Order: sequence, then structure tokens, then C-alpha cells
Amino acid sequence: MITVTDLRKVYRQGNREVVALDGVSLSVPKGSIHGIVGHSGAGKSTLVRCLTLLDSPTSGSVSINGAELSAARDADLRSARRRIGMIFQHANLMDSRTAAQNVAHPLELVKTPKAAIRSKVAELLKLVGLEGFENAYPSQLSGGQRQRVGIARALASDPDVLLCDEPTSALDPKTTDEILTLIHDLTQRLQLTVLVITHEMQVIKRICDSVSLLEAGRIVEHGPLRDVAADLGGRLSTTLLPLPPAETNGSGTVLEILYSGDSASEPVLTGAARAFGMDLNVLAGSVESLAGTQFGHLRIQLPTGADTASLSRHLTGQGVAVRVVQEETA
Amino acid sequence: MNFIDELMTNPALTNALPKALGETLLMVGVSGAFVLLIGLPLGIFLYTSAPGGLRPMRVTNRIVSDVIVNITRSIPFAILMIALIPVARAITGTSIGALAACVSLTIGTVPFFARLVETSLRDVSSGKIDAALVMGSTRLQIVAKVLVPEALPGLVAAFTTTLVTLVGYSAMAGLTGGGGLGQLAYNYGFQRFDTTVMLVTIVIMVILVQMIQWIGDASARRVDHRSAATAGAKKHRRHEPATAV
Ligand SMILES: Nc1ncnc2c1ncn2[C@@H]1O[C@H](COP(=O)(O)OP(=O)(O)O)[C@@H](O)[C@H]1O
Ligand SMILES: [Mg+2]
Repeated sequence: MITVTDLRKVYRQGNREVVALDGVSLSVPKGSIHGIVGHSGAGKSTLVRCLTLLDSPTSGSVSINGAELSAARDADLRSARRRIGMIFQHANLMDSRTAAQNVAHPLELVKTPKAAIRSKVAELLKLVGLEGFENAYPSQLSGGQRQRVGIARALASDPDVLLCDEPTSALDPKTTDEILTLIHDLTQRLQLTVLVITHEMQVIKRICDSVSLLEAGRIVEHGPLRDVAADLGGRLSTTLLPLPPAETNGSGTVLEILYSGDSASEPVLTGAARAFGMDLNVLAGSVESLAGTQFGHLRIQLPTGADTASLSRHLTGQGVAVRVVQEETA
Repeated sequence: MNFIDELMTNPALTNALPKALGETLLMVGVSGAFVLLIGLPLGIFLYTSAPGGLRPMRVTNRIVSDVIVNITRSIPFAILMIALIPVARAITGTSIGALAACVSLTIGTVPFFARLVETSLRDVSSGKIDAALVMGSTRLQIVAKVLVPEALPGLVAAFTTTLVTLVGYSAMAGLTGGGGLGQLAYNYGFQRFDTTVMLVTIVIMVILVQMIQWIGDASARRVDHRSAATAGAKKHRRHEPATAV
């Protein structure tokens, strides 16, 4: 379990102050994956650096499984860090070490007996699907394989928490998918608490249970993936279920509707069309399965003179969110 | 008398040369060992104590840095060598001979090597250090398990350059009574106009430097795992001496 309370980080640049984190609070329960999205410069990297105390927060607190990290020093800090596994964008493996030696690195630090290291390393490499690559140097591995070694290394000290800073941003789509699947499986198998920092919505869609949107050092939207996706007009919902830019053809009212789960697509629209005896023109749509739930986000145009108010009421009654994006034009 | 005969019979070559070569090797070997022993930790200190380093120490870093700059940049080795004669006498009990020369050779070269070490360490990406910190490494573990192994190809190249520099400095040391090939060339080649001795000395020094460079390059390549299979001489960077003498 990760708990962050009112975290602030101010960088000084000469006599100018840069507020990189402006009161960030979040909590991630055990066994779940929380995603933090944001544009470049939003403060994502600063947040992970503060979580691991690579940078010290200006104020606020970070605790992992109830143990306060921000107050720890030296030996305490080192043992607290051992409860955290971290995965980096570029894996950050040691080029002078083979895959096996890289995975052994965290174990060497606490003087683990050689035999124990050997069996643990073999087990971890198997876990991430890299049997047979023990003696390969990072330069002889692909980006995806390097990230797998990074994951094995992060898990070597049996951490409770896994921090991932842009884990797939340097990988191609297929490899991204494989790595995300691996992270997802490991989270369930090992009951990890995972925080994933990313600018790729794909990562959020594929593995996250909950998500926060970071903007200029503040969390501006957050919640379970299901809830934020269902929030029609919300920033996260708009990026999770994107529609192409609106084209204005015709003069009828344009609506955006968002339905999920049991209110399945066909019955909702055809039902409404039948009930009101009107033709609904679908201009754009995005249908996705998120966190195990089917979501549909449609932009539809009504015929001129249609009773927009009653149609909206009808749809809302069926559990569909409705929003008018363009009034009927004369 | 033809050239080959002269090579076999010239007493400067048959008697003095092997002794001089031995002295040069002694000077380069002994001061090389001390330079490594002192310069490596000093270079690591320069790196870790710099602002933003593993253990920033602003004032100390500044002072050490300035002393080093002054030894390597402001004072030509020839002058440093003469200035250090009392120090050499205090340490070795004599002011002439190869062993005494080692003192000034070491002091004159340590700063140069320490700077190269610092530069090599700077090439280790900060991401690797972050990764090691998050694993819970102590500072000492970061130095021993990350900085030095990851910078090793650069460190080997730096030490090679330092040895080559030492060969050159040791020849200069010969002029002030340090012995070695430098003194041989000076005594016979310059004072007695014995061109053969001069020529042979030059050839031997060129071969010596070539061998050091060759062994150094091969070792650097051996410890370099940064690029797959092709880790070769092409991408291997050579440090050029920053000092003029
Ligand atoms: N060491 C630093 N010194 C000064 N400003 C910094 C430093 N690190 C980050 N910042 C600033 O903090 C803000 C957030 O940066 P960062 O956390 O790297 O964003 P992200 O990872 O989301 O792209 C940026 O405005 C950046 O310029
Ligand atoms: Mg970043």
C-alpha cells in the first residue's frame, strides 16, 4: 500500500522557483495498479523521484505499508528502499554485468549467500521469460528483453511496491503489449502494489485499475478507471474514449452519449430511435473494453425539429450519459 | 664499420642501453603503480564531492580541484620536477637516480590521471546510479559496483594515456639525473654527438609507447561490454594529454 499526502516539491533555479509538485495526495491499495498520466513537464518524474527519495520533497509525506519514508535517513532509508522495486524507461541496467549479474545486484548489496543468489536469479529470470539469457550482456538483448531483466532485478528484493517510470515509452507496440501483460500478471501473482507513470493512454487502458491525471503538479482528476471513463466530458474520459474532431454537416442538434456495461449499444440507440420515431445519425464513435467493462462513446446527430429534451430524458433514464455539443441551427 | 656492427659493439648500446631501459621501466612502473593507487581514489573523490554528486562537499572539492588545475595547467613538468627535488630527497633519501625521479613523476602525473578518472566517471549515466540507489546501495557500494565497473573501459584508456605520458616525463627526468633512456640520449646523443645512440633510443621509446598503447587498447576492449560483439577499437576513445611540456 502506497500513501502520498500533500506532497510538494519546489525547485530553485537561480532566484526563480519552479513548483514541480503542488500538493499531490494519492493512495494505492495492495494488489492494484494505479496509473499517473500527464503531459511532459506535468511533474511525473518528480513524483517518482520524491517517492523513492532520490529527490527530497519540500513538504508532505510518503509512506509505504505504513512506514514513513520521507523521515528515513541512511540505513533506514536504504532498507525502506529495498521494499520498493523500480522499473525505468531505459531499464538502466549495468552494461558491465550480464543479465544474471544484473538481477543479482540487489541481492549482493545485503550479502546474500552465493547459492541463494543463484537460485533466486534463476527463478526470477524464468518468471520474466528469460531462461537461457543468463550470460547475455544488456547490449546483446533487445529493448523488451532489457526491460524484462529490469523487472526481474526490481523484484529481486521481494518488494511490496513496484514503481514504473514510463516502462514502455521506449518500446514498440508489440513489445509494449508483452511488457504490460507481464507487469499485470506479476501484480496479481505476487500481490504487488504498483504505480505506473506514463504519458501513453494505452498503458492505462491495458493494465490500470485506477488512474490520476497530473497537470502542472496537481492531480486534477482521479478515480477507478471505470468511473473516470464513465464521466462524460471529463478530461480522462475524453482521452480514454476519443472521438475525431466534430464535422458540422446538417443543422440538427448534435449530442454526445456515453454508455457502459449492461446498457449495450444496439438496444439503446435503436430503442430510442424506435420510441421517438426518428433517424439517429452516428457521426463518430469509440467503443472500448476498459477494466472489464464495455464502454461506448458516440456523437450523434438528430433530425431537425427533433424533441431533444425528451430524447435526453429517455436516454438518461436508461443509464446513458448525454451532453449537447451543438444546438440545432436555423 | 657498418651500422649493424656498430649496434653490436658500441659500448653505449651494449652496456648502458639495457641499464637505461631498465631504469625507464622502473620509473614508469613504480610511478605508474603509485599514480593508480593515489589518482583513482582522488578522481573518485573529485567526482563524488562535486555539486550534485553522491556526497557534495563544495569547499573541499573546490580546493582540491584548484590545486590539481594548477599542477597540471600552470606548472610545466620540467619545472615541477626541479622544484620537487627536496621532496624527493626527503622521501627516498637521495635526489638523483630513478627512484628519486619516481617521486616527482608521481606527483606530476597524479592530478592528470585523477582528472581523466573524473571525466570517465562522468560518462556513467545518472540513471544507473539512480537504479543502484533505489536498490538500497550505500555510497561505497555505488562506487565499487556501479561507477568503477561501468567506467572501466574509460578508466583503462585513461591509465594507458597516463603511462604513455609517464614514458615522456621519465625521459625528461633523465635530464636532471634520473637515469633511463632520456639521460642516455642526452649524454651520448647530445653531449657526444653519437647519432646512433640517439636513433636507437628514439626507436626503443616509440616501441615502448606503442606496446603500452596496444596492450591498453586490447584491455579496454576486453572489459567493454557496451556494444554487442562489435565492442572494438573504433569506438574506443583515446584521452589526449591536456598538458604541454
Ligand atoms: N532538477 C530540477 N531543477 C529545476 N526544475 C526541475 C528539475 N526537475 C524538474 N524540474 C521542473 O519541474 C517540472 C516537472 O518536471 P518533470 O517531473 O520532469 O515532468 P514530467 O516527468 O511529467 O515530464 C518541469 O517544469 C521541470 O522543468
Ligand atoms: Mg518525465
